[in-house]
Amino acid sequence: MSKPILELKNISLAYDRQMVVKSVSFSLKKGQIGCLLGASGCGKTTILRAIAGFEPLVGGEIHLNKQLVSRQGWTLPPEKRSVGMVFQDYALFPHLSVFDNVAFGLRGMERSERLIRINEILDMVGLGETHNRFPHELSGGQQQRVALARSLALRPELLVMDEPFSNLDVTLRERLSMEVRDILKEFGITALIVTHNQSEAFALADEVGVMDRGEMQQWNTPHSIYHRPATPFVAQFVGEGVLLPGKVRMGRGVETGLGMLCGGVELEGPEGSSVSVLIRPEDVVHDDSSAVKAEVLRRTFRGANVLYSLRLENGDQVLALVPSHCEHSAGEKIGIQPYVQHVVLYDSASALMK
Amino acid sequence: MDHSAATQMEEVPPAGTSASFFRRFFLNGWRLSAFIVSLFVIIPLGVIFCSWLTPAGGIWTHLFETVLSELFLNTLWLVLGVSTGTIVLGVTFAWLTAVCEFPGRKFFSWSLLLPLAMPTYVLAFASLGILDYAGPVQTLYRSWFGSGAWFPDFRSTGGVILVMSLAFYPYVYLLTKNAFLTQGRRALEAAQSLGHSRTSGFFRVALPMARPWIAGGVTLVLMETLADFGAVSIFNYDTFTTAIYKAWFGFFSLAAAAQISSILVLIVSVLIFVERQMRSRMRFTPSGKGQGTGEKIVLGPLMRWAAFLFALFILSIAFIIPTVQLCIWSLEIYHLEFSPRYFQWLQHSLSLGLSGSFLICLLALVLAYARRRNPDKLTGALVRISTLGYALPGTVLAVGIFIPVAALDNLIIALARDLFGVKIGMLINGTVLIMLIAYLVRFMAAGYNSIDSSMHRVTPSIDEAARLMGMRGLSILKRIHFPIVRGGVMTAASLVFVDIMKEMPITLMTRPFGWDTLSVKIFELTSEGEWERAALPSVILVLAGLIPIFLLIKSSEK
Repeated sequence: MSKPILELKNISLAYDRQMVVKSVSFSLKKGQIGCLLGASGCGKTTILRAIAGFEPLVGGEIHLNKQLVSRQGWTLPPEKRSVGMVFQDYALFPHLSVFDNVAFGLRGMERSERLIRINEILDMVGLGETHNRFPHELSGGQQQRVALARSLALRPELLVMDEPFSNLDVTLRERLSMEVRDILKEFGITALIVTHNQSEAFALADEVGVMDRGEMQQWNTPHSIYHRPATPFVAQFVGEGVLLPGKVRMGRGVETGLGMLCGGVELEGPEGSSVSVLIRPEDVVHDDSSAVKAEVLRRTFRGANVLYSLRLENGDQVLALVPSHCEHSAGEKIGIQPYVQHVVLYDSASALMK
Repeated sequence: MDHSAATQMEEVPPAGTSASFFRRFFLNGWRLSAFIVSLFVIIPLGVIFCSWLTPAGGIWTHLFETVLSELFLNTLWLVLGVSTGTIVLGVTFAWLTAVCEFPGRKFFSWSLLLPLAMPTYVLAFASLGILDYAGPVQTLYRSWFGSGAWFPDFRSTGGVILVMSLAFYPYVYLLTKNAFLTQGRRALEAAQSLGHSRTSGFFRVALPMARPWIAGGVTLVLMETLADFGAVSIFNYDTFTTAIYKAWFGFFSLAAAAQISSILVLIVSVLIFVERQMRSRMRFTPSGKGQGTGEKIVLGPLMRWAAFLFALFILSIAFIIPTVQLCIWSLEIYHLEFSPRYFQWLQHSLSLGLSGSFLICLLALVLAYARRRNPDKLTGALVRISTLGYALPGTVLAVGIFIPVAALDNLIIALARDLFGVKIGMLINGTVLIMLIAYLVRFMAAGYNSIDSSMHRVTPSIDEAARLMGMRGLSILKRIHFPIVRGGVMTAASLVFVDIMKEMPITLMTRPFGWDTLSVKIFELTSEGEWERAALPSVILVLAGLIPIFLLIKSSEK
């Protein structure tokens, strides 16, 4: 379980001399599912294509199963890498049947063995009945599964998927992403998935990498990404919340409009220095008996919960997630209580830069 | 609510009976107009096939036995040779310019379309003139190797095939390039990620995926090949089109001409069927999202320059050298040859082109509106029939239209004589009108396609939005439809205009006596081997032919 299948060491990529990926490193262990998360144009798809062997590196190294496959000036051709790729538009071959699409990569194999392999893989993705159909006769979800089966048939060391669910409608997307995770986990396949959808990334991945403008902001478990974002960018990109200004009070905590916050944080820097504290909506608890009062600016009904935008007495704003049986309208003052288990703070300068 | 719905139901006339079907059919003005336009295609085809009912007599049976097998064989060689040639050239260039990187790629990407500007018969006589015994190439060759040295005879089957391949490969190139641009690179990547090399990926995926486009291009090429009259007559290569011409103007047997035409139509209809099949298969292939980096495959140093030289060579022999030769001939002969008669020929060509394109655009608009107003199958079929003429050779149309028009004229003359005691001459026959009818059939598709595609930009919701803002009928037409469709109409008009200018067999066979145009003049001069004298009118046609090419290049760059 411990040896890394995929290892990226400070890789950099460029198009026409413009750097699109800057010194990115991370690794995946056997059987792990990784996700690259970021806005479009942040370089995540470029990294995927570099791993598959379609983009040459301008710096750094890529290792696949302990073997060097890319470095500056040298790229092992894609067909020699044992990396399976599922394309965003699936890239199914329209002139071949489902069976022939899956069989496409299986060359130099005994006929009967090949038949067994294809049947096995099509059953695995739940497409046992569609052998002779053509891609245009299938639904979007089925095409997706054929694409998955086609790249898994070769039993690659690593599977990479580029926005695999973006062409599907929302309900299908959730169901299929769970199915894909089950398949990958059941067969112990190491996979790297690119997506811009954070709930998808959190649901699928063991490790998530958040990227911004070609740089890796953080590579960690979904839990850490959400609760301990490494940079203000990650804090704001993932989940909801605000960065609340505060002052360091050594030995006691951080003084903010919500009161003194402490817990799980090592305070650095001089007494009284300005910092920003990440406050998630669930960190603010509704409590009528509390001394801290805030004015309701806006309420957004979400079914089980209501998301309130609140103005604190010092003018700062926070979000609060409150069970929906408590009804308050705009302009009302309500009591709130900070409930921050682990204070996440950044020095104000870097938070402003964002 | 229920009540008013019920009364509305009652007001709808009962459907299903044949009487009401015909009443509704003829009450719908748009559909009726589409029906009338389609008659211009249906009647000539009907006339041609009915020709088998009247025996053509002794000449025909003689002709049938001696010539027909030769015609079939000649046509077969032509079809095989030209389709091979255009596939090799078209697919190679499509792959090189769409997926690879080599010196001059951007320039060749558009300039390889230039041969389309040159009428086939112009390319034919220019290359024949260059490679003839007295031409510059052979003269130079003899001065090097002596007068007895062997030189291949260019006036041969191989020569015709070469000229037509050079003239028509852009059809295959254009369509296949589109296929490769949208899916070539991606397909190759998918194949590579499945363990195939690039070469294997090209032959096993990229090429088979592009098959519908390649085949679509080849059917267009073959339609042009079968329809060609000018180039084959310059090469004295007998095909169905020259046989039709000879039967009519050599043996004066219209019936025989019509019977030969019907055989040609049967061959062409196979092509139409194949083309329709291919078009529906193209829809199965997702056009791709143009996704990916657009990065090209960089060829190795040897391949890179080989690609450059090959593209330059083909462009030279298909366009640059013939054009230069035409200019040289024109300059040599200009002061001897040029006379006010040229203005008359030019004026005839221009006025035919202008009136023809006006008429076609008008009727194409009618068809497009008919289709828009009536999304039913019948109207769709009528529009399809009306635009079928692009596949029918000009010689066939000339025969198919001349026969009924002559019959109609004779009927009118007889009526005038019997009823009114007046003696009149031919009304339609031998006038410009019959030529315009034939052009209308032949070039309707060129006009309709570009007008219809611009019409698709006026979505039903645009009409509805305009209605909600208080606009009605005419003002919607003027303020919304016209500005949107205008560009498409202009494109259609220029395409048709140039097509008519270049058209040869219809003009030659149905023109009023002594009424010459540039293309007719080229036919007369080349049939006497006067290449230099034919160059002057040709240069004008090539210049005109550049107009639609530039429109095409502009629209493909968007």
